[in-house]
Amino acid sequence: MTWLEHGMKNYIIMRLLATIPLLLGISFLCFVFINLIPSDPAEVALRIRQTPIITEELIAQTRAELGLDQPFLVRYFVWLWDCLHFDLGFSYTNPARTVLGEIGRCLPATLELAGLSLVYVIVLSLPIGFLSAVYKDTLFDRIMRGVVFATTAMPVYWVGLLLIWLISIKCDLLPTSGYGGFSSLILPAFTVALSYISTYIRLIRNNMLENMREDYVLYAQARGLKQRAILVRHILKNSLQSCVTAIGMSIPQLIAGTIVVENVFAWPGVGRLCIASIFNRDYPVIQAYVLLVGVLFVFFNLAFDILQYVADPRLRERKS
Amino acid sequence: MSAILDVNDLCVSFRQGKRRIPLVENVSFRVEKGRCLGILGESGSGKSMTCKALLGLLDDNFEVTGSSAFEGMPLLGASPEKLRRLRGGRIGMVLQNPMSCFDPLYRIGEQMAETLAEHTRLGRRAMREKMVDILNLMRIRTPEDVLRKYPHQLSGGMLQRVMIGLAMSLNPSLIIADEPTTAIDSISQFAIMQEFVRIKRQGEVSLIFISHDLGVLSLIADEVMVMHQGRAVESGTARHVFDNARDAYTRHLIDQHKAVMSRFLAAIHAGKTPREGSAA
Repeated sequence: MTWLEHGMKNYIIMRLLATIPLLLGISFLCFVFINLIPSDPAEVALRIRQTPIITEELIAQTRAELGLDQPFLVRYFVWLWDCLHFDLGFSYTNPARTVLGEIGRCLPATLELAGLSLVYVIVLSLPIGFLSAVYKDTLFDRIMRGVVFATTAMPVYWVGLLLIWLISIKCDLLPTSGYGGFSSLILPAFTVALSYISTYIRLIRNNMLENMREDYVLYAQARGLKQRAILVRHILKNSLQSCVTAIGMSIPQLIAGTIVVENVFAWPGVGRLCIASIFNRDYPVIQAYVLLVGVLFVFFNLAFDILQYVADPRLRERKS
Repeated sequence: MSAILDVNDLCVSFRQGKRRIPLVENVSFRVEKGRCLGILGESGSGKSMTCKALLGLLDDNFEVTGSSAFEGMPLLGASPEKLRRLRGGRIGMVLQNPMSCFDPLYRIGEQMAETLAEHTRLGRRAMREKMVDILNLMRIRTPEDVLRKYPHQLSGGMLQRVMIGLAMSLNPSLIIADEPTTAIDSISQFAIMQEFVRIKRQGEVSLIFISHDLGVLSLIADEVMVMHQGRAVESGTARHVFDNARDAYTRHLIDQHKAVMSRFLAAIHAGKTPREGSAA
């Protein structure tokens, strides 16, 4: 492709190289913070495995098994070395299971949730934002602005509980919680999506209103183009430019952001796995989750930067 | 001679709550076939507002009254759809700031094509040929290249020529040029003015040329209307206005211009090279 010129390739390589220290930093900080938790993971692991009598020797033995008797830095570098070989270790609480397997088991549920949320975000905020800008200050726009204000102000878990109460309990339309088919996905996905929908309605509306004042719109009118064509082909397309970058950051946020909603709706995804692991002091699982989210952020940020390069002719050559 | 455009008692005001802020008051003018009306005035004097009001380019916050006829058809009160068909077709427009007048996300060719498609029924190939013709007429050396370029890849002067070409392409009977030389460098200004003079010499098209620059207007205008704070303070043939303006504001403008020019000429005669741009 012509746009993928030399400078572009160099740019991608530089960005990929820059992610290495970033991920190292993320994983190290996470390691430090987890080790600041004041309880002994070996003891917690033994309790969870329902060991009948926990003696000092048994704890010491478990600590050795889990490698917890090593100094902090040694443990970090051993973990890092294994990571580079795609070995994320075993769960402390359930040694029969690998961390990779656990994440792999829970990830699809989270991706379903985040995926449907993204669909909600795009399908709802695009037309509503567009119409709010076109019919600015009409009743529709005023109602939408009120809704946007209210939903941004409400915390996610509370909205989730409200929805369960209203739709599942009062109206008995959808299941309250748990994992089973599409109907159980609708409410949690909507809860995750809600605050993003508000953000994007506002973003699209404001971008469109800003673009409407541009000279190119006046000239498009002076050329006799149809108002609808100007709105969709020109104003909307220009307004979506900055939304693309924002969506690039929102996708990993959606995936990571399911953590609260998964717990409210008892959704068996990685968010719930992470919370359970934090309670169980299951270091390798927490560590893997944080690393996963970090990688997601870095990846989507890069992917959408490249996408913007492709979409915006002004960015394509930096010569001008 | 028949008037292409006849405007009587045009008033534009801005609605702010219950108040009405007058922007243009009782402006009347005529544009004859093949002639050029220059509208002179400083920023905010209502020059552009007058033309935007005629073409229906103002939104609902503005109130427009008066009467106007374009080739016998009333413009004020015409349906938005009717006005839209006129714009870019029978009435071409050239705006200031050519660099920001094109959508940055589409190629020049795509933007020219969407304009032509709105007003004609040309096929793909005929459209392509037409666009190349337009650019050739505007003396652009590599038309095929320019069509493939994005707006940011072209200079202001080049984009201004594309605009003029596009305005001319659909055999308009009137072209409204709103400060077409203001945002570009002096050398391009000269070339752009040559294009307008050439268009005028052909005698097919009437021009409304809006400018704050007396020097530029003196090159092209047959009649001149001077606007100041939303009113037409002076109008008549260009010679007449330049030589015996009665209005104090117009007098002031002309004296200023003459003073600058005489200093400029004195500098040339003294053998010094004037700095670039001081001629404007």
